[in-house]
Amino acid sequence: MNSSDFQTHLVLAGLSHRTASIELRELVAFDTPRAKRVTQELRAQGVVSEILVLSTCNRVEVYAVLNDSQMAGTQWMDSCFAGLHDGPCDGIGNHLYHYQGSGVCRHLFQVVASLDSQFLGEVEIQGQVRHAYLQAASNGTTGPILNRLFQAALEVGKRVRAETGISRRPVSVAFAGVKLGESIFGNLRSSCALILGAGSVAEQVARHLSERAISRLLIANRTHEHAVQLSKRLDGEVVDWADLQNMWAVPDLIICAAASSQRVVSRAAIQEAMATRENRSLFLMDLATPRNVDPSVSSLYNVYLYDIDDLEQIVEENRKARASEVPRVEALIHQHVSKFEVWQWAAGVASSWATLRLDEKTKLIEQRASDLFPNSPEARQQWIRRATALVHSEHYAHSRDLSAPVALSPEKSRIMRHLLGPTGEGM
Amino acid sequence: MITLMTLGALLLYALSLALYLSYLYANKPWIGRFASLCLLGGLLLNFFSLLNRARLLQSVPYQDLYGSMSLFAWFLGLTYLGLEIVHRQRSVGPFVLPFVLLLFVIAEYAPVSPLAPPSGRGSLFALHVTLSILAYSAFAISFVLSLIYLIQNHVLRGRKPGATFWNYPSLQTLDRMSRSSVLMGIVALSIGIAAGFVSVYRVRGQVWEGDPKEIWSLLIFATYGSYLWLARTTAWRGARASYLSVVNFLFVLFSYTVVNLFLSHYHRYF
Repeated sequence: MNSSDFQTHLVLAGLSHRTASIELRELVAFDTPRAKRVTQELRAQGVVSEILVLSTCNRVEVYAVLNDSQMAGTQWMDSCFAGLHDGPCDGIGNHLYHYQGSGVCRHLFQVVASLDSQFLGEVEIQGQVRHAYLQAASNGTTGPILNRLFQAALEVGKRVRAETGISRRPVSVAFAGVKLGESIFGNLRSSCALILGAGSVAEQVARHLSERAISRLLIANRTHEHAVQLSKRLDGEVVDWADLQNMWAVPDLIICAAASSQRVVSRAAIQEAMATRENRSLFLMDLATPRNVDPSVSSLYNVYLYDIDDLEQIVEENRKARASEVPRVEALIHQHVSKFEVWQWAAGVASSWATLRLDEKTKLIEQRASDLFPNSPEARQQWIRRATALVHSEHYAHSRDLSAPVALSPEKSRIMRHLLGPTGEGM
Repeated sequence: MITLMTLGALLLYALSLALYLSYLYANKPWIGRFASLCLLGGLLLNFFSLLNRARLLQSVPYQDLYGSMSLFAWFLGLTYLGLEIVHRQRSVGPFVLPFVLLLFVIAEYAPVSPLAPPSGRGSLFALHVTLSILAYSAFAISFVLSLIYLIQNHVLRGRKPGATFWNYPSLQTLDRMSRSSVLMGIVALSIGIAAGFVSVYRVRGQVWEGDPKEIWSLLIFATYGSYLWLARTTAWRGARASYLSVVNFLFVLFSYTVVNLFLSHYHRYF
């Protein structure tokens, strides 16, 4: 397969949260055993040489390398997509998007970098792509192109998260609150938290705290049963609502998310608690509307109070900060797409290079060197030495194992390009 | 005179500072580890540079302003590295390294012996000087930590955390590190002062001479002792203790500069 083939052979069809409703996404979603069965069947039909399904809650995408570049890949993918599912998938074609060649590469890199996600900078997609790739590789449905493509994508995802700020700074209210708690107490393994309320917001925060192995998680709710249920799910301790007045001095973090028309936490109660705590820091997160905590509490010494507006504002700033990193991410993706295109091209060149005899290669190198450096014998000799060493190593590698995948370093690719490409390219 | 070793130490300190800053921004563990390694390398070269100089001059490093400041920079870096290892917290590095670098660079441009060298001799005297400088460097670290605490506290209370806020050490860590640092300084200063009194007794036949430096050293001992006690009490715990630490360091600075150079009768560069 040469470089132009690659542009038509590598295809992608899919739908995502941008093009399809949750109902449709649920209908076409694959679980792991089904993805295995379907991809193996399709490969056995001989239409595709490589195939991989990426199915997450936000997207279902099929990546394939077609055996026949002449066939209408897009149509095949559409019919294949509809045929993959048992339920009614009429009109699914209206929700599908398609990419070919480099477009597939760019799209996958954007997906793994979270540019196509519902939440910019989310990190789960990296793990989902890795999982899909490892599954397909273990099922034997990937080959040199998809292997290279997905390994490159995982490298892009890793670099994007390490080198740009797209995944830094929390963008959910619950997580931002927990991170603020950490900036007061450090790791929370020796801290105690009290959660007021047992609704979804309270649970979200409690989950973050639980994931951080908080020492004690106390839960209080007006409806005792709800507190018991939440405490069972998160391994917490239930506190009676009526006993709260005696509890204020115990926790280091108080998360208030109770539905109440009156203040639950008064200034006097916290003042008393701080005296009992010998002024050890206390962090209050008030996520309720109307607010549970008397706002004047924030003026007490060593007390840190954040209400829902404060946290929303922080989250909004963090979202903007993440969005401002998009150009850097795009630049990184562009760099990796070019790298993938060069690899694809060089791999095609190397396969024809391997058919030449060693003496033919040596002669070609000398001719090429004369073309490239007609007036500089020193540069010519240096270039011949490097190219000969490279060609010898390639030649013997192929003599040993002709079926081995061709993997060229950037330097090797560059020299190959000089050897087989048009004249006039300097080193 | 800038030797190859001094230049190497300077470069490693500068590289370490750059890496610590990068670590604060990017929060990548390998950058932090590399920063610590560069600091360690800088400290080793700084140590051998001081040792080499002492051998050539047949004298202790604190015989002049250069040696004293270079030794101060060395102790500052060493104390910080110790705290970093004990508390497993690298985010303070970007705030301490500028002081290490600054002291090290200023030492290179310090005037050559504007004042007569101190008259003390012997290992007890060396212990007195070395431990005093170690104590000052520990107090300097506590000063930096307290400043970060106050900034962090101000940001938290203002409820508008900025970009790098999320990578700063927590208030509790800063507080703990500051107290550890002061504790180390107090221990070093206690032994240092005791060794100093014995040295004075050996040379002059009496323990107390009423030298301004002696008075200030005892005052510093008392203020930092108060800090250690107050920082754990209900009324002073938190930001108030940090303010106290900052004010205490102003006493140290005064003692290290004005008292040393203009008021003391026989103390010079330590």
